[in-house]
Amino acid sequence: MLKNSLREGSVRIPAGCAICGIIDRTGKRFSGDEIMKSIATMRERSNGLGGGFAAYGIYPQYQDFYALHVFYDSTEAKERTEAFLNTHFYIESSGRIPTVKVASVTSPPRIWRYFAKPDRNRLSESGLTEEEYVAQCVLRVNRQFDGAYIFSCGKNMGVFKGVGYPEEIGEFYQLHHYEAYLWTAHGRFPTNTPGWWGGAHPFALLDWTIVHNGEISSYDANRRYVEMFGYTCKLQTDTEVITYLYDLLVRKHGLDLETASKVLTAPLWEEIDRMTPEQQEKYKALRAVYAGALVTGPFSIILGFNGGMVALNDRLKLRALIAAEHGDRVYVASEESAIRVLCPTPDKVWAVEGGKPIIEWVRNDGLWPAIAKGSNHD
Amino acid sequence: MINYTLPEFLVDRDRDRCIQCGVCVRQCANEVHFFAPDGASLRTDDAKCVNCQRCATLCPTHAISIRKNPNQLRESANWQPQLIREIYKQADTGGVLLSGMGNPQNYPVYWDKLLLNASQVTNPSIDPLREPMETRVMIGRKPDSLNFVCDAKTPREKCSINSPGSRLAEPLPPQLELKTPILFSAMSFGSISLNAQKSLAMAAQRLGTVFNCGEGGLHADLLPYAKNCVVQVASGRFGVYRDYLMNSAAIEIKVGQGAKPGIGGHLPGEKVNEEVSKTRRIPEGTDALSPAPHHDIYSIEDLRQLIFALKEATNYTKPVFVKIAAVHNAAAIASGTARAGADAIIIDGFRGGTGAAPTRVRDNVGIPVELALAVIDQRLRDEGIRHHVSLIATGSIRCSTDVVKAIALGADAVYIASAALISIGCHLCRNCYTGKCNWGIATQREDLTRRLNPEEMSLRAENLIHAWTHELTEIMGGMGINAIDSLRGNRLMLRGIGLSQKELDLLGVLHAGE
Repeated sequence: MLKNSLREGSVRIPAGCAICGIIDRTGKRFSGDEIMKSIATMRERSNGLGGGFAAYGIYPQYQDFYALHVFYDSTEAKERTEAFLNTHFYIESSGRIPTVKVASVTSPPRIWRYFAKPDRNRLSESGLTEEEYVAQCVLRVNRQFDGAYIFSCGKNMGVFKGVGYPEEIGEFYQLHHYEAYLWTAHGRFPTNTPGWWGGAHPFALLDWTIVHNGEISSYDANRRYVEMFGYTCKLQTDTEVITYLYDLLVRKHGLDLETASKVLTAPLWEEIDRMTPEQQEKYKALRAVYAGALVTGPFSIILGFNGGMVALNDRLKLRALIAAEHGDRVYVASEESAIRVLCPTPDKVWAVEGGKPIIEWVRNDGLWPAIAKGSNHD
Repeated sequence: MINYTLPEFLVDRDRDRCIQCGVCVRQCANEVHFFAPDGASLRTDDAKCVNCQRCATLCPTHAISIRKNPNQLRESANWQPQLIREIYKQADTGGVLLSGMGNPQNYPVYWDKLLLNASQVTNPSIDPLREPMETRVMIGRKPDSLNFVCDAKTPREKCSINSPGSRLAEPLPPQLELKTPILFSAMSFGSISLNAQKSLAMAAQRLGTVFNCGEGGLHADLLPYAKNCVVQVASGRFGVYRDYLMNSAAIEIKVGQGAKPGIGGHLPGEKVNEEVSKTRRIPEGTDALSPAPHHDIYSIEDLRQLIFALKEATNYTKPVFVKIAAVHNAAAIASGTARAGADAIIIDGFRGGTGAAPTRVRDNVGIPVELALAVIDQRLRDEGIRHHVSLIATGSIRCSTDVVKAIALGADAVYIASAALISIGCHLCRNCYTGKCNWGIATQREDLTRRLNPEEMSLRAENLIHAWTHELTEIMGGMGINAIDSLRGNRLMLRGIGLSQKELDLLGVLHAGE
């Protein structure tokens, strides 16, 4: 049994990783087979201590409900948490998330799923937007309820993660039974020996999910910056703080995804000096106001959300990230092999440039813009 | 009457080396060296020596050495010799003890108890010779967030910084854009010579940073450097007029100084010569008194009025700084100052330098800048307003790692003054208030000030900042950080060594090994 003192949240744990993502820009959904095959190619980059997936568009029948995925360490934790959920939400449906026994995946927690809507009275009393209400409830459970951890809480999407190699975690969750228009995956190489499922990636808040490879050197500057805006970085991981940065910039400050990405990987001052005076004014303001949100050190991330994804590399491109396009599909992965294994002859393959976000939207399937950013708050 | 005060230093002259050239005689404004009546052999009056090292440095045969007077009073751990000497001095004069430069007492220097981090394996260090390393800072007030707007047809969530025609919904308040986070701190014409000011002004201009003219007004010779000058508005209001404010890089309201919190200043009338009189805009020969408080600031709301009076006077084109001394309640004062509308807060620690301060005040009032900075940064964060305002730490920043540590604790930038003066020759003899500075810095005597050549000295000051900035980028690179923004407030890059849990908590750092 792992000591609690070595869990995420008690110490800061750097990790190396493999990441990949696939989006179908028509919104056509496809099974989790492909992403599992892709991430399995990069087995060398993980060490069996964490794997996970995010899938978008998987619960069309419950698309108006927040899908809460929860790890419980004990029945008692489950009872306490459910009492809280029942008072704060209307639960449309709940049950265990189906899993199968996989030899290498050991001692999983109890894994439950709830399709929930905020309790109408409590929501209106809170004076919060619906999203903020959900986010605060989830953060409260994760902070205050020992032995319970809500690891996914967006609409029509879900995170599936655990301790093991990612393809084994995928098998454990039977991901080939799910269909999504966007999949991201993560294989982890942490530098501790965690046995905690909540510490695996992706990290999620509402419909934001992040898979991340790297170790940012700006961590504490970023952490202290977001904490001024009411976030608490409980897990002390890069993924957590980057998720909060996007949530703050996009959901709370109303920046678009491109501008938000330019905050995280701001152009160098020497580039800004070469811009037109109009662009210079904007970028100087961006760097001045959001200096605390600049992320430095090596990282590659894939941000998923309802309606699309962003792939982003650090400014100096200190981590590998390859992208490819084939018809309506866009692939990103830490290694090209993880793309070629699915798509041997893409129309186009390129190395993602440092600090230049790739933003891909799902077109014309009714998902965008209704569920993209800004729709639930003003 | 017997003079109880024995010489503090003895000046030794190696007779074998001395060639009786007389350089020492001509160089010493304290008149330590003189020719014997025979006109050939040299003598010394050790009692006048302040150990400024001017004679030893300029002696062509290195014949002179200065040492501490070995003659000792009877030892006592309680009655330290310095205390006894000071009593003799006060019994002689009946006056307040005066001192120059920063607090020399043996208080903990927290900079020396903080260790820095570096990358290994999981996160690569960055080679500053190969990769860009950004040290540029923007000092000034910032809003919570930015809002970009396009034409009326484009919805807000689709309007990006790069959309054609997008613009900021509101312009940013005025910012001071600096190429390095190191600024030259306030030193007035009067406390230092015009040549010393000029040296720093020229260096600041070439470096892309700023100097600060202190509260003595801006001499006409410095007008070409006004764009790199932070002009001070202090309690005496000396030299403040419209053009002074309008020509500046920024305006600084001086509320307090680390070396003498709660104390005003006094430039005696005999020092107010024609040049000083013109610059301070006061009649020649009159005493220049800077009252302890500003007589229009008796509360935080009064401070707000002065901040906005200055902003109004300059059409909201200049950042307005407020400089406060690090005192016990610094965090609450800084919070109030930020809310009063200051664009930057300067926090001056108790080891900060001065031209003259009452010794007892300098050595006993105020707190170390490291602690003040750490608690202010944290308080402003707890209140969610840290990003609105810039924080500049000062009060004995001695080297580039002090700069790194200050920024990691939470400063946007640092001010240096003692270090800048040392770069142009100051030897820290701490006798600035006598007006006989042999290095031409803390004096207005023309024969002494012309020893300082601004062209040459500005190169030395410039070299210093170059060297420190270079070291800063090396250390940042080692941490895997390539922009100063990511070092700011990044306290995980610091570890305390040999500190109590209370000190660690106040500094907000872990102990080494944790």
